Amino acid sequence: MVSSSLRIHELCKRYGDFVALAPTSLDVAKGEFLTLLGPSGSGKTTMLSLIAGLAHPDEGRILIDDTDVTRSPAYARDIGVVFQNYALFPHMTIEDNIAFPLKMRKVADAEARRRTAEALETVHLPHVAKRYPRELSGGQQQRIALARCIVYRPAIILMDEPLGALDKKLRDQMQLEIKRIHRELGTTIVYVTHDQEEAMTMSDRICLMNAGAIEQLGTPQDLYFRPRSVFVADFLGESNLLKATVRGVDGEGLDIVLTEQAAASRAVGNGSRFAAGEPIKVMVRPQNLVVAEAGSGMLSGRITDVMISGSLTRLYIAPETAGLPQLVAAHPTRSGSAPYEIGQRLSLGWHAADAVAIHDGGI
Amino acid sequence: MGAPLVLLLVLFLVYPVGQLLLLSVYGDNGFTLAPYRQLFASSVYLDVLLITLKISLATTLVCVVAGYPIAYLISVVGKERKATLLFWVLLSFWTSFLVRAFAWIVLLGRNGVINKTLISLGIISSPASLLYNFGSVLVGMVNALLPLAVLTMLSVMENIDRTLPRAAATLGARPGMAFWKIYFPLSLPGVAAAGIMVFVTAIGFFIVPALLGGRRETMITQLIIDQVQQTMNWGFAGAISVLLLVVVLVVFAAYDRLLGLSTMTGGSASRNTAPSRLSGPLTKAGDALLTLLGAISDRIILLLPSRRRERNLDQAGMGLQVFVWTMLLIISAPTILMIPLSFGNGGLNWPPQGFTLHWYETVLNSPLWTQAMLRSLLVGIGTGLLAMLIGTPAAFLLVRSDIRGKAAWLAFILSPIVVPRMIIAVGLFYVFAQMGLVGSAFGLVLGHTVVAVPYVVMTMMAVLRNYDTRLDHAAQSLGAGPIATLRYITFPILGAGMMSSFLFAFATSFDELTIALFATGGLNATLPKQFWDEVTLQVSPAIAAVSTCLFVFMGLLIFVAERLRRRAAAR
Repeated sequence: MVSSSLRIHELCKRYGDFVALAPTSLDVAKGEFLTLLGPSGSGKTTMLSLIAGLAHPDEGRILIDDTDVTRSPAYARDIGVVFQNYALFPHMTIEDNIAFPLKMRKVADAEARRRTAEALETVHLPHVAKRYPRELSGGQQQRIALARCIVYRPAIILMDEPLGALDKKLRDQMQLEIKRIHRELGTTIVYVTHDQEEAMTMSDRICLMNAGAIEQLGTPQDLYFRPRSVFVADFLGESNLLKATVRGVDGEGLDIVLTEQAAASRAVGNGSRFAAGEPIKVMVRPQNLVVAEAGSGMLSGRITDVMISGSLTRLYIAPETAGLPQLVAAHPTRSGSAPYEIGQRLSLGWHAADAVAIHDGGI
Repeated sequence: MGAPLVLLLVLFLVYPVGQLLLLSVYGDNGFTLAPYRQLFASSVYLDVLLITLKISLATTLVCVVAGYPIAYLISVVGKERKATLLFWVLLSFWTSFLVRAFAWIVLLGRNGVINKTLISLGIISSPASLLYNFGSVLVGMVNALLPLAVLTMLSVMENIDRTLPRAAATLGARPGMAFWKIYFPLSLPGVAAAGIMVFVTAIGFFIVPALLGGRRETMITQLIIDQVQQTMNWGFAGAISVLLLVVVLVVFAAYDRLLGLSTMTGGSASRNTAPSRLSGPLTKAGDALLTLLGAISDRIILLLPSRRRERNLDQAGMGLQVFVWTMLLIISAPTILMIPLSFGNGGLNWPPQGFTLHWYETVLNSPLWTQAMLRSLLVGIGTGLLAMLIGTPAAFLLVRSDIRGKAAWLAFILSPIVVPRMIIAVGLFYVFAQMGLVGSAFGLVLGHTVVAVPYVVMTMMAVLRNYDTRLDHAAQSLGAGPIATLRYITFPILGAGMMSSFLFAFATSFDELTIALFATGGLNATLPKQFWDEVTLQVSPAIAAVSTCLFVFMGLLIFVAERLRRRAAAR
């Protein structure tokens, strides 16, 4: 098992006036699966290129196992990269593609052949060895790109939206495959995606990026349940965000007043400090929005849309109080239960523990 | 990386052309405007300029109008038929201007195919004189430049999204309207590019008017040749060159104002930049015209039998196919008719009589011809290698790096195409004479490299733009150093592209006459120069034999190049 830790210190990259990556620090532990998540242009691919040595930082340092590699060329870093569009060499057979990194490392022919075959076994494609990349389907090409990357056992593997071009079913399958390989090889993986679901399912930790800087770094649960900013709450999963003001703080809990409703309520903090009188946003996830008969909850509203997406039923609700945004409630779909009707009046509420206070970054 | 190219262009383009232009105002007795006074003293030279413009405009018009359907058909048909159609266009494109012009002399001659056929059909009783008039020049010019027009328009048409006319159809446009309002405006940058390419090439032409024209079809470049070869009047040759250059630059400036030069390289072909640059009322008028054309076409289609009306939008109609094949036949037939004539012993009269290898023996036993062939091969290969060596790094630089003023550099590198060849040739002759390079193969290679290198740079830039640099990144991340990346990844993938740009440079040199016209002679002559000397002296079947050899050679070359290209594309 080969695996290395990765340390990024105040790394920065500009293109003219455009700051692709503001000075950023990040530690990735040995064997960790870390995902760089963010919208396009958030700096995640820039960060990946800098780590891989395919672009050069203006400032900062990159350390692999405490060795400074900031100035090392890509080919001397012992990093594997799985590219977005696979980047399989079109003029080489699958076998030659996979053997290429071994050839560059002057591995003896027999040994190279053995390891190539082994890598093909790992991705379940031993029969395509003699074919050319163009003869393979997208999913197969993806596996070959993976095989080419793991064959020389790099200490760190970087993946740049590797599943972006695949359809949903294949993507789910490949996610499991990558997780399996990660478990088996124990390699450190830095994974780039803009798909929040993918990030949630696969990662040990997620590094959510926005506008060239880290917005929040933590486990998927951290980011989902304790978002540090409105951006995080909005980017990861659906959320209902309501304006409020802090009344008082006691430990983890907060006394708040909902602005539009002028109603007192409780919320939990997201781990940061709040001051009394501070304007905040309160986040309630759709599945935590409790729907009841009209007249019983904190808010009331009318159903504007019902969507059944397999396991979940989503209700879109227009609150009756002026100034409140449209709300979403979600719960498991049950057969046989009374169907919802558009225009139906409902009451809405939530448990105080499910209301999370967030500093109002203004969105 | 671009330094050798810049050096080459400065030494063998800027300096010679500058010298020539300087000679027009700087005589033995210092500064003088005498050549210009001579130029404008009588109407003779301005008349020649007008004739030149007239012939060039007519050629451009016919080439674009006749070439459009050909390019359109090639861009819509399936792979197999596309290859066939393209082969004929390319064959014509690559067949020497000289061979094609010569073929028309034979074809249009008193005892040529056309006259003989018309007589045997009883349409005319005695041979009509079809040669040495405006018509024969126009036919020759169109034959020479139609393939260029087709290929230029094709490069734009191939980038037009096929689904757009279909989308128009679903939105309620009938086929005629869909074509004129959607497809045609999108193809306009190609039309404009083809127009200017043909016009600028035509304006610097001398082979066709010299061989197929009479006294009244003298073009401006012929005047320059006369001044240099007969009277050695450098000052006057320089003055005419200035006139020619000014006309070309004015045309380019007008083009740039109207359409923007970027459309020429096809860079923005997919975006329709053309109409946006035009002023408002003009755009409106154009739009109204297109709507009218669309409505008229749809009326005509409605008049057709209903079975034909229901044809799929993408299928090419019979009429279009017949037209395209007729055009291809017209531009290919003359050269092909040369083949039976070269084996006949009845001279160049139609129909060919008997069978003899006499003419081939004559050519092969003549040291003039064999030397010329050897020299052309040598110079061609030398030019190909040198142009690759100098052009490829420059292409890398232009595509891969962020140097300042990229557009200006590109314009400079492409300037040998824009500056009329004759001006370069005369300038080079003057400079070579001082350096003692006249008649040397080395000088010729340098001269030919100047005119071939823009094509190499353009081809390589296109190849490099299509090249996915992530493959290089992948190789590097997999442990390949810069050299190994070039060796195992970049060059193998670019190989076919590099080979085809080498062939392009080779063919450019192999067919080059203008520079060779002055810089070589006698036993130093290249094949085109020898051909020219012979054909201006007398029209003999031996030339038909040479034509046939050249035709077959070029056919083979295209076949090989096309195979290479397809093998590369198949990957």
